[in-house]
Amino acid sequence: MEFDTIAAISTPSGEGAIAIVRLSGPEAIGIADKLFRAPGGRPLASQPTHTIHYGHLEDPTTGEVAEEVMVSFMKGPKTFTREDVIEINCHGGIVSVNRVLQLVLQAGARLAEPGEFTKRAFLNGRIDLSQAEAVMDLIRAKTDRAMDVALGQMEGRLSKLISTLRQALLESIAQMEVNIDYPEYDDVEEMTRPMMLEKAEWVRAEIEKLLQTSSQGKILREGLSTVIVGRPNVGKSSLLNSLVHENKAIVTEIAGTTRDIIEEYVNVRGVPLRLVDTAGIRETEDIVERIGVERSRKVLKEADLILYVLNYSEALTAEDELLFEAVKDMNYIVVINKTDLPQGIDLEQVQQLAGSKRMVTTSLIEEEGIDQLEEAIAALFFEGEIEAGDMTYVSNARHISLLHQAHKTISDAIGAAEMDVPVDMIQIDVTRTWEILGEIIGDTADDGLLNQLFSQFCLGK
Amino acid sequence: MPKFEAGTFDVIVVGAGHAGAEAALASARMGAKTLVLTMNLDMIAFMPCNPSIGGPAKGIVVREIDALGGAMGRVIDKTHIQMRMLNTAKGPAVRALRAQADKVLYQQEMKRLMEDEDNLTLHQGVVEKLIVEDGTVKGLETQAGGIYRAQSVVITTGTFLRGEIIIGDLRYSSGPNNQQPSIKLAENLEQLGFETVRFKTGTPPRVNSKSIDYSQTEIQPGDDVPRAFSFETTEFILDQLPCWLTYTTGKTHQIIDENLHLSPMYSGMAKGTGPRYCPSIEDKIVRFSDKPRHQIFLEPEGRNTSEVYVQGLSTSLPEHVQRQLLESIPGLEKAEMMRAGYAIEYDAIVPTQLWPTLESKQIVNLYTAGQINGTSGYEEAAGQGLMAGINAAAKVLGKEEVILSRSEAYIGVLIDDLVTKGTSEPYRLLTSRAEYRLLLRHDNADMRLTDLGYRIGMVKEDRYAKFLTKKDLIEEEIKRLRKMMIKPNEQTQQLIQEAGGSELKDGIRAADLLKRPEMTYDMIAQLTASEVELADEVKEQVEIHIKYEGYIEKSLQQVDKLKKMENKKIPEDIDYHAISGLATEARGKLAEVRPLSIAQASRISGVNPADISILLVYIEQGRIAKVSV
Repeated sequence: MEFDTIAAISTPSGEGAIAIVRLSGPEAIGIADKLFRAPGGRPLASQPTHTIHYGHLEDPTTGEVAEEVMVSFMKGPKTFTREDVIEINCHGGIVSVNRVLQLVLQAGARLAEPGEFTKRAFLNGRIDLSQAEAVMDLIRAKTDRAMDVALGQMEGRLSKLISTLRQALLESIAQMEVNIDYPEYDDVEEMTRPMMLEKAEWVRAEIEKLLQTSSQGKILREGLSTVIVGRPNVGKSSLLNSLVHENKAIVTEIAGTTRDIIEEYVNVRGVPLRLVDTAGIRETEDIVERIGVERSRKVLKEADLILYVLNYSEALTAEDELLFEAVKDMNYIVVINKTDLPQGIDLEQVQQLAGSKRMVTTSLIEEEGIDQLEEAIAALFFEGEIEAGDMTYVSNARHISLLHQAHKTISDAIGAAEMDVPVDMIQIDVTRTWEILGEIIGDTADDGLLNQLFSQFCLGK
Repeated sequence: MPKFEAGTFDVIVVGAGHAGAEAALASARMGAKTLVLTMNLDMIAFMPCNPSIGGPAKGIVVREIDALGGAMGRVIDKTHIQMRMLNTAKGPAVRALRAQADKVLYQQEMKRLMEDEDNLTLHQGVVEKLIVEDGTVKGLETQAGGIYRAQSVVITTGTFLRGEIIIGDLRYSSGPNNQQPSIKLAENLEQLGFETVRFKTGTPPRVNSKSIDYSQTEIQPGDDVPRAFSFETTEFILDQLPCWLTYTTGKTHQIIDENLHLSPMYSGMAKGTGPRYCPSIEDKIVRFSDKPRHQIFLEPEGRNTSEVYVQGLSTSLPEHVQRQLLESIPGLEKAEMMRAGYAIEYDAIVPTQLWPTLESKQIVNLYTAGQINGTSGYEEAAGQGLMAGINAAAKVLGKEEVILSRSEAYIGVLIDDLVTKGTSEPYRLLTSRAEYRLLLRHDNADMRLTDLGYRIGMVKEDRYAKFLTKKDLIEEEIKRLRKMMIKPNEQTQQLIQEAGGSELKDGIRAADLLKRPEMTYDMIAQLTASEVELADEVKEQVEIHIKYEGYIEKSLQQVDKLKKMENKKIPEDIDYHAISGLATEARGKLAEVRPLSIAQASRISGVNPADISILLVYIEQGRIAKVSV
């Protein structure tokens, strides 16, 4: 409907120094003001229309500064859609703009359907008559395509999981409904708050798991965040160069923020890697010096994959063992480099420290072992060790946003259950959760409940 | 048969069951000269099935009818033998009243009310044919040759259209309870182009109270507190009769298993679609074979009769099997069966042929209401009857038509479901059908609908004045509690502690304290002395309003969105087949239902959001085109 506020990334994805997230609708300004902090603190709503403002976006849930932005503020009707329009200009590249989009969706905007800005422009009389047919064709075509995608996903793991969650909720809802509509019925257990709570908490935990995989889901869009670590002179730089030269790299600078980390994207056998902190490696080659530094730990911690490089020609040092300690519990591959030199390392000791982690030996100078490393990365990813299974599905921004909504409503239900609110009130949010989850898998048929009711229970008064 | 001019009216109502009675009373009350024609004046507001009115969702409908000036609530308040508030342990949204009726007194009271109504004439007669000219109804003809002329006609023929009673392999043409069926009128409606479906419903046997061994059953008394449906009732019936509870046994189930081949439902004799929510006992036992027993409620049919309704034993098995069934149930071993249970099949019209006013799309000024529209239940019938009566009269009198929205009333939900989605089985209201049930409460029916009732002339001045006073008191008290601070003094802390809450650290606004689950209005009132002593129903409104404010607010926000979509009207002359972008299924459904608004369109099954988008674009295109010409 054109009665809510929509948002979408309105610049081509990938390249470009600046990317734009556009919002349109009655809440556009309110949503932007929930997130935007100007240096002077003045809200956008109090600014003159058609002005542009510098500031930061703040994540309202954490209070953290998320992105540095320029925000264009345009009150309707003198806008493209004739509605209130906000355009958030942020740094180019995939990471920033997706983050901004997620923030506005969480703040209450709905992800725009394909062609929806155009549709609104038309509905509000902004586009002339001759374009109407084209708009309709666009809606039809895009929706059909979206339907195909949705159908494809119906068979996926996400769909199965969501269906399981919905079925569990539905059974509770049906039980509640029977309690309400057939209060004298004795074969139906009375739905109690603790029962409701248990079910709701389980569903919330599952949604949280999904949302966690969703940040991994971003991997497919953004790449597997990969860090190369190792003592000086083990060949980190060579490894980086090998990966980059073997594969086409896209270099993105996240400039203008406090982080001067340079990222490089490579595609290793279908697995997108985002090589983090490559500038650091190139400049200093001295990660041990910085391993104690909080920031490096953070880089390590946020990494999806660590390539841990050891020197084949030298025995393990205390520093090496320290690094083993730092990366334990994480996804890493041990790369034992410099096999062109005589062996100095105790492979059994490495084996012991690495446990079940994958190990590859290379001679990067001789260009040997890179294939095996790439295979190891691909295997790690595709064999699911980096929980890649659900990624494909929850990488969709619409799904993420719906999952966030479902998480909110089920949390409301849990909060209410803990507060002794009557069960039928709690059920309002449970039902809403069930509906939202239905939107994810495209199942919004509303006779589901009644069918459940009459098949599950023997009713009659 | 010689024909004769039998009279001219503004509105004629055909049938005087629960739909017909409300339709006739409403039409007359609105100021239209109204005639009600029924086959048998002794059968006005007859209850052919259970002797009860109200219950979850349905009870709320009765209150809505009352708030809009209808009769059902007032009549049952005077004629019940027992009343209970259901779901008291749950939230306010799902509470509902249910009354056990004295069937005979109910009929007499309703008949008296109709006889006393100005503008309303009651005639006995069998309607056979509608007079339709140029697609507009002009009146009707009776079996006796009477030609009645009218500007609007409301048909409320219940299960009479080609009614057939089935008991075992016995099958005969009949209305409910062996009244004569309506066959000519059914044929006439078919000729006029109405599409019909065959539905089925059923009723259990009745037994003689004197032959029941009540010591084998559990007593089910009414509430001690006086209760009433009508907001106007001031006199309460305190002398109540109990109901009784017993159960089927293994023997009952065995008898059914052995005789299943004799059941019309399983032998293939009955073809109509029955309701899932009200299955026959044979259905229950076949479909839920693992359940060892089923509840049987014994409900007296009135104060001056020994007949007892055997709730839960609805069946169409042959009479001799019904006797065996009764014998297998504790307390009914020696029960004398006075009437056998039976199934009845009947024609219902497909309700998507109606506008949301309940006017037919084919024939102008013709309305239908009640079981003929595919519903089941006295309350569902009465709710529709009321709205059809109001709209039939409104049209004649040149007043506004009334369509209740889904966010205003259960009656709105009911009618919208019928005309937008149709129904594949006899339709019963359930609380789960209402998206905004927190707003559609039993307690606030007057708050929701009295204004409207007054505006259209259904609610008179004195009642409206009382309503406004109540409304003011509620608003004032809410305002007061929002402002007033409660200090954490000894009295406060003690009261909170006794209620089981955690003690106050600071002063708190009275309204915020009331929001705590353990607090009630009366406790707050103790802490915030007010000079006016408020009536219980005012306190109740204040308490619910403040306690559930967050939830109510959320619902209201959803309603706001709905309203915006309701306000996007679809032109009546729209040609869906000319809109190329629509999916084929959507096009067919839209052309059939002809929704009045985008909101209604979006509720049609098979119409997806993309179709709605295209529809919006198309409508806008048409609007622009008109402007630019």
